[in-house]
Amino acid sequence: MPNVSNNTSQYLFNYTNVLLFLLAGIAFVFASIAFSRIMAWLLGHRKPDPIKQSTYECGELPVGTSFIRFNIRFYIVALIFIIFDVEVVALFPWAIIFKKSLALKGDAILMFAEMFVFVLILIVGLIYVWRKGDLQWVKTLGDKNVKDKE
Amino acid sequence: MYDIINYFVTNVKILQSIPFWMVQAAFMLAGCGAVLGVAALFAGVGSVVERNIAGRIQARYGPNRVGPWGWMQFLADGIKLVLKEDLIPDASAKMPFRLAPYFIFTVAFAAFIVVPFSQKLQIADLNIGILYIISVSSIVVIAILLAGWSSGNKWSLFGAMRSAAQIISYEVPVTITILAVIMMAGTMSMQEITAGQSGGIWRWFIFRYPLFTIPAFLVYYIASIAEVNRTPFDIPEAESELVAGYHTEYSSMRFAMFMMSEYVNVLAVSAIAVTMFLGGWQSPYPGHIFPGIWSNIEGLFWFFSKTFFLVFLMMWIRWTLPRYRVDQLMDLCWKVLLPVSFINLFGICAWMLLA
Repeated sequence: MPNVSNNTSQYLFNYTNVLLFLLAGIAFVFASIAFSRIMAWLLGHRKPDPIKQSTYECGELPVGTSFIRFNIRFYIVALIFIIFDVEVVALFPWAIIFKKSLALKGDAILMFAEMFVFVLILIVGLIYVWRKGDLQWVKTLGDKNVKDKE
Repeated sequence: MYDIINYFVTNVKILQSIPFWMVQAAFMLAGCGAVLGVAALFAGVGSVVERNIAGRIQARYGPNRVGPWGWMQFLADGIKLVLKEDLIPDASAKMPFRLAPYFIFTVAFAAFIVVPFSQKLQIADLNIGILYIISVSSIVVIAILLAGWSSGNKWSLFGAMRSAAQIISYEVPVTITILAVIMMAGTMSMQEITAGQSGGIWRWFIFRYPLFTIPAFLVYYIASIAEVNRTPFDIPEAESELVAGYHTEYSSMRFAMFMMSEYVNVLAVSAIAVTMFLGGWQSPYPGHIFPGIWSNIEGLFWFFSKTFFLVFLMMWIRWTLPRYRVDQLMDLCWKVLLPVSFINLFGICAWMLLA
């Protein structure tokens, strides 16, 4: 009889499951694509030609490559996201123990104050970005924020 | 699921004669297969149901030719997709192009590991359950960028860039709302979050501190619709301007993977919303009707009723509202949902202190 109430064993079991699910997902996609290609080879037809192999751009012949430069604002959004996400992840341990701290009133108020200050800095950042106009997707030359910056 | 294995090992004598790891492996494979089956079936049935709902909402017939009332339509679609020619455009970057469907389906499917379907029916009760879901679901962005960039198509690239910007933006309100839920539950384990909402409908987290938790639920729901790229937030695949966005160049089974992962994602975000706010497998009345281990069936029933209700709501919204513009979409996230979710966080925190 194995030791069924072993915590390490359960821990390993849980994370083996994660690995298994990732492998199963990959295997499923591989199997269905392989199956589809075999079936298409048996029953369908496969006649590639240059026009069919070109990219679809509404029926026109594509001009130039698609590996182009794109707008900087995507990069700015990603930067703002990183700041917010890192800050929120830093709050996760705090959130777990907040409920336990409610038993001691003084501790809880102190914890709330700490979180408030921590998030307040983030909100100041949000207000700054907002005022600076970086949250604005469409910018025109007549825009007040853009003028202020220049 | 570990408890189920223990239950079977202690009660079924034959299982004790074979090594424990083999029993575990068998149960793992069975669980994995079952979830894969449910996910794949939902992707098929969900598409038919969605088309039927769309038909009703737009006062026309939905699919009604294949099988009784058109319910076999997804099989016909599946056969068609399997037999299609598998095209890979010459201009594409071949390796990432082939890789993207693997990424997008695997991560959508992997989120189901921690979803508690009932008291005991759960693949693995990770103690970092919600954090795991957040981290896994952010990989979708990489898959979409891979698909869009490697297609060698300008529309795909635009769709992928917009999608990445949209998903990471809406990730912020979602994470802050999840933070509020963790605060109320005091744990990140999905099973314990559900257990914290036992005792009838008024103990569910959505009604716990109604002034702040109902807006928190709405913020989560709206942002999760945006995260799975569905109308009114389907800018990345806006067919009137970008053909089909990041999966324009995909055909055959590779396209089917994108389609399936969309429905699997819809199911996943609804299941997570149910677990976090609507009591998970808890019934609206206190206690269970079925005794002992049979209460799992009751849990399963309530879990899927609530989840499918949210899925239906998502379909309803999709066929009712028109699409947002890109700038309106970004404004909604950063200037409405984000401040509201911060207010919810502070509000719930203060209410917990005062109560």
